[in-house]
Amino acid sequence: MSAAVSAPEGQLARVWQRFRRHRLALAGAFVVALLMASALFASVFAPQDPTLLDTSLRFVPPFTDWRYPLGTDELGRDTLSRLLHGGQVSLTVGLVAMVTTVLTGALIGIAAGYLGGIADTLLMRFVDTMLCFPQVFLLLVVAAFVPPTLLSISLVIGLTSWMEVSRIVRAEILHLKEQDFVAAARALGASRTRIMVRELLPNAAAPILVAATLKVASAVLMESYISYLGYGVQPPLASWGNMLTNAQGYFDTVPWLAILPGAAITLTVMGFNFLGDGLRDALDPRLRMDP
Amino acid sequence: MIGFVARRLLQAIPLLIGVSLIGFGLMHLAPGGPLAVYTLNPTIQAQDIERIRIIFGLDQPIHVQYVKWATGIVSGNWGYTFFGGRPVLDVILERLPATMLLMGSALSVAILLGLSIGILGAVRRYSVFDVLATTGALFALSFPTFWFGLMAIYVFAIQLRWLPSGGMWELGEEGNILSLLRHLVLPTMVLALVITATWSRYSRSAFLEVMHQDYMRTARAKGLPPRQRLLRHAFPNAAKPLIALLGVELPFLFSGALVTETIFGWPGMGRLFVDALNMKEYPVLMGMMMFTAIFVIIGNLLADIAIAAIDPRVRLQ
Repeated sequence: MSAAVSAPEGQLARVWQRFRRHRLALAGAFVVALLMASALFASVFAPQDPTLLDTSLRFVPPFTDWRYPLGTDELGRDTLSRLLHGGQVSLTVGLVAMVTTVLTGALIGIAAGYLGGIADTLLMRFVDTMLCFPQVFLLLVVAAFVPPTLLSISLVIGLTSWMEVSRIVRAEILHLKEQDFVAAARALGASRTRIMVRELLPNAAAPILVAATLKVASAVLMESYISYLGYGVQPPLASWGNMLTNAQGYFDTVPWLAILPGAAITLTVMGFNFLGDGLRDALDPRLRMDP
Repeated sequence: MIGFVARRLLQAIPLLIGVSLIGFGLMHLAPGGPLAVYTLNPTIQAQDIERIRIIFGLDQPIHVQYVKWATGIVSGNWGYTFFGGRPVLDVILERLPATMLLMGSALSVAILLGLSIGILGAVRRYSVFDVLATTGALFALSFPTFWFGLMAIYVFAIQLRWLPSGGMWELGEEGNILSLLRHLVLPTMVLALVITATWSRYSRSAFLEVMHQDYMRTARAKGLPPRQRLLRHAFPNAAKPLIALLGVELPFLFSGALVTETIFGWPGMGRLFVDALNMKEYPVLMGMMMFTAIFVIIGNLLADIAIAAIDPRVRLQ
């Protein structure tokens, strides 16, 4: 009965047709795949140990020494290896935060949309309240309280950014619950939980997928913000955010140390943003925003 | 109209209560509670902390504390800083002008630019300009603000030496408008980038939506010139979602200002927040959370009222 899961082949083909036309989205998908692969095999690709210090080889410029393809930092650590391992950290945080965001947002959105009444009012007022706070403020206050580990950072980012997802899901559910297949499921005696999870959730998959992709981008960005301000990933573990903080001190003499991690963040965020935009256009032409 | 404003004002009250509950809750969730900064200081004895706890009223039941704190917020007593014992509200308010100046200049630049780009894109849909603008906007939205800021400092302050790299004035030039303007350029540019991108995207789709409606075709059939159709007919309707965007974007603007102020050493509220965080100044942090949240609620309220002023249909809902 879950229509979206067993989508007819023609529909999937149409989605793929629309997605393929979106050249930036294809580029985004390629970049994302590349980043995932490089993060997954960071320890294979990395020419050096990312924490290995060698103070006799500080500030080696990029492309001058084949052992250090992208040069070394202020402690003689290999930049390429740190970028690769930092990518592992940033993408892990981004993905775990995205899962947290989507789970929380979908749960609250479905509950509010399907139950309606008082539950809906209370949950949506809670969403409104959370949205009054700038996310970076919430994030930093909580991050300052909680000892920073990869998991806690991801959870904190996820739990401060689910509000939009819950609004999207609620709107979708409000539209879906009037449809015949829900009435049919109810007539068959399905419980409320079953209707919410098995009938409504799969049919709201498209907007959730789009939101999830865009949320990875914003989570990677948030991780880099709080790591840059010193409340995120802690040294010696490398993240793109804390690499930038380190680089800031030598900025006027060795700019490449700041350019590289920033470029990595930008590339990642761009990849996921383009991918999400393309998915939105392909999955739901009504929401189309770009030419 | 008065009825509408009164209704919206009433709706803001539960929101304010919710905001205060979250703000208060966060302060008490902090490990060691609001007095953590004293418990970490080895020169302060346990009985002193107990004494401070009683002075601050922290020995009372939690709901009594909340009511006391909330009435304080309403009556303008926002508590005192740990270091220096200054009133929190004073500390925040003295940073407000710098942030307002930065946000105001960034917002004006961004709206002017973003609106122009968006309208032009909508009028010449799918033209080279439109494709470049929409793609460029998506690029701009992906830039980490702080990295863009660092790059701007590197190019314009370190390499070209055109502009100062940070602060609000040169030493000894406090109050000099020219010096202030020079310091304002880079932070404004950095903060405005993302807002411009958002505005160009939203104004493009807002105008596209309006321009294909029947009344616009009628205006065209009557032989009105394009400029008049765009400004007198399309603009008011397209402006509604954009005014709403202005309200919705406020929290984001504060987030952006925090990062921008940190990079450029701009002495505003964002900078105050980071400093308070580093010094574990919980009263200031909670004060700032409340201040920005109230600011956002008022901003959204004003946006709604402005929309109702433009469109009578909204008032009757």
